[in-house]
Amino acid sequence: MTSKHPLTDICSQVRRDILRMVHAVQSGHPGGSLGCTEYMVALYFEILQAIPEQFSKDGKGEDMFFLSNGHISPLWYSVLARKGYFEISELETFRKLNSRLQGHPATAEHLPGIRIASGSLGQGLSVACGAAISKKLNNDNKKVFVLMGDGEIQEGQVWEAAMFAAHRKIDNLIATIDLNGQQIDGSTEKVLSLGDIQAKWASFGWDVLHMQGNDINDTIKTLKLAIEHTGKEKPVVILMKTEMGFGVDFMVGTHKWHGIAPNDSQLESALNQLPQTLGDY
Amino acid sequence: MKYTFTEEKDTRSGFGAGLLELGKKNPNVVALTADLTGSLKMNDFEKEFPDRFIQVGIAEANMMGVAAGLAVGGKIPFTGTFANFSTGRVYDQIRQSIAYSNTNVKICASHAGLTLGEDGATHQMIEDLGMMKMLPNMTVISPCDYNETKAATLAVAAHHGPVYLRFGRPSWPVFTQPDEPFVIGKAKKMIEGKDVTIIATGHLVWKSIEAAAILEERGISAEVINIHTIKPLDEEAILASVSKTGCVVTAEEHLRNGGLGDSVAQLLAQTLPSPMHFIAVNDTFGESGKPLDLLIKYGLDVPNIVAASESVIRRK
Repeated sequence: MTSKHPLTDICSQVRRDILRMVHAVQSGHPGGSLGCTEYMVALYFEILQAIPEQFSKDGKGEDMFFLSNGHISPLWYSVLARKGYFEISELETFRKLNSRLQGHPATAEHLPGIRIASGSLGQGLSVACGAAISKKLNNDNKKVFVLMGDGEIQEGQVWEAAMFAAHRKIDNLIATIDLNGQQIDGSTEKVLSLGDIQAKWASFGWDVLHMQGNDINDTIKTLKLAIEHTGKEKPVVILMKTEMGFGVDFMVGTHKWHGIAPNDSQLESALNQLPQTLGDY
Repeated sequence: MKYTFTEEKDTRSGFGAGLLELGKKNPNVVALTADLTGSLKMNDFEKEFPDRFIQVGIAEANMMGVAAGLAVGGKIPFTGTFANFSTGRVYDQIRQSIAYSNTNVKICASHAGLTLGEDGATHQMIEDLGMMKMLPNMTVISPCDYNETKAATLAVAAHHGPVYLRFGRPSWPVFTQPDEPFVIGKAKKMIEGKDVTIIATGHLVWKSIEAAAILEERGISAEVINIHTIKPLDEEAILASVSKTGCVVTAEEHLRNGGLGDSVAQLLAQTLPSPMHFIAVNDTFGESGKPLDLLIKYGLDVPNIVAASESVIRRK
């Protein structure tokens, strides 16, 4: 077994942030946020070539990330704050009046780190394609990353974009799909089966990789591998296996915590499972 | 009559010409289409700037998202497809990735209105101005002829923010000058008058000019205002004119609900209530037919504007 990775501490703190943010306003989406924590932490703390203090909307000369499944905003906000895009104390304003931390990510409030609004599902891959093309037009060799949910790929626009990216050989793009197998109304298998996802993306012309998204070592390794796979005339997609609610025993593996906030005792129980490593906001 | 024309040209060709000129002037301008390069007159741009021309296939939702992403990356994307595929089909993509995100995308919509003609109601978009003007951050432009469409195309590239630019398919009189300045949000007074204000947009500006000539023969002095920018509305110009004439007719190739007339009525109701008549399609879809026949059948022709003008004058 590999030794504990240094980013594990950040993951624990980010999970605390997520739970406390959602609990404070009794709204938000903890399940997917907890499940994608390793991905987001690995991306921002190990992979992305971007300087928080120099954030610019056009992302020229740096890697760009788009969150398509915008409902996991608590995760994104926590990671952005912990990485230094804005003050950690601002996490306290999540979903409150006059906050830059809107329920779903938005640009109107000019929160550093965010380049496009998301939340209405299925749009992020198209946006990422456009950003990736702009990099090619600018001879900018940095990469574009995008995260989608698995239920999200039931949206037709995702497949328009999938066809388009392969056709145009957008090979500076790394998409990741969070395969937690859950959506609001139940399992993806029950609601609308996604079928053979590997075969679908491969047949659309994508370079398909697999990742254990709740294993920080495998996440970092696979993201680095994905970067090696860029520049080969194919867009890259990572099929990321995660557990919704990962890190909290009573939330794990069920769609019930997709969009429900924990109550006081549930919060206490959850936080007891997640050491405070960097200090709560 | 002050205005004459020697040729007829489609407004979409004005867009094509403007886009080509923009391509030469500004390396950040990129163009996208969803399998309608020729219909949108984008062929010259494609030929001249193949690297900056993006064919997305029949996938308009993706086109809007890709355009938004290009805008995030610092480009000035112009999307080109029919008005119905530019609006209703992709309303949520425009709403989230373009309007709410305030991305610098220019949504260029051809074949708008009834004058699309024979293709019929599936393709006759007469709700678009309403849908687009309802979106915060969106600028909505509807030029009246070839020259003005070309000028508008150039102007929207210099404006930072989402724009909906609407034009049409049929050949139409070219009655404005090629060198006329185009200022977004600034109405053009086409004819000075004192008895009635006719406020028109798009193809119906020409019809309103023709109506004004007939009214003049009948001793009625009509002021014709060309509202090429539906949003932001030039309230000052409208109020100045209606203060003088005391009544107003609006004319547009659009549904009455949500159109230019709605915007004008909202303005006047709050500041200068005045007798008003709406020349617009009244809560119905269109149908197949020749463009001019459709305008007659749906009450958007010169005699309708003349009658409406006489009617509002009587209500003063």
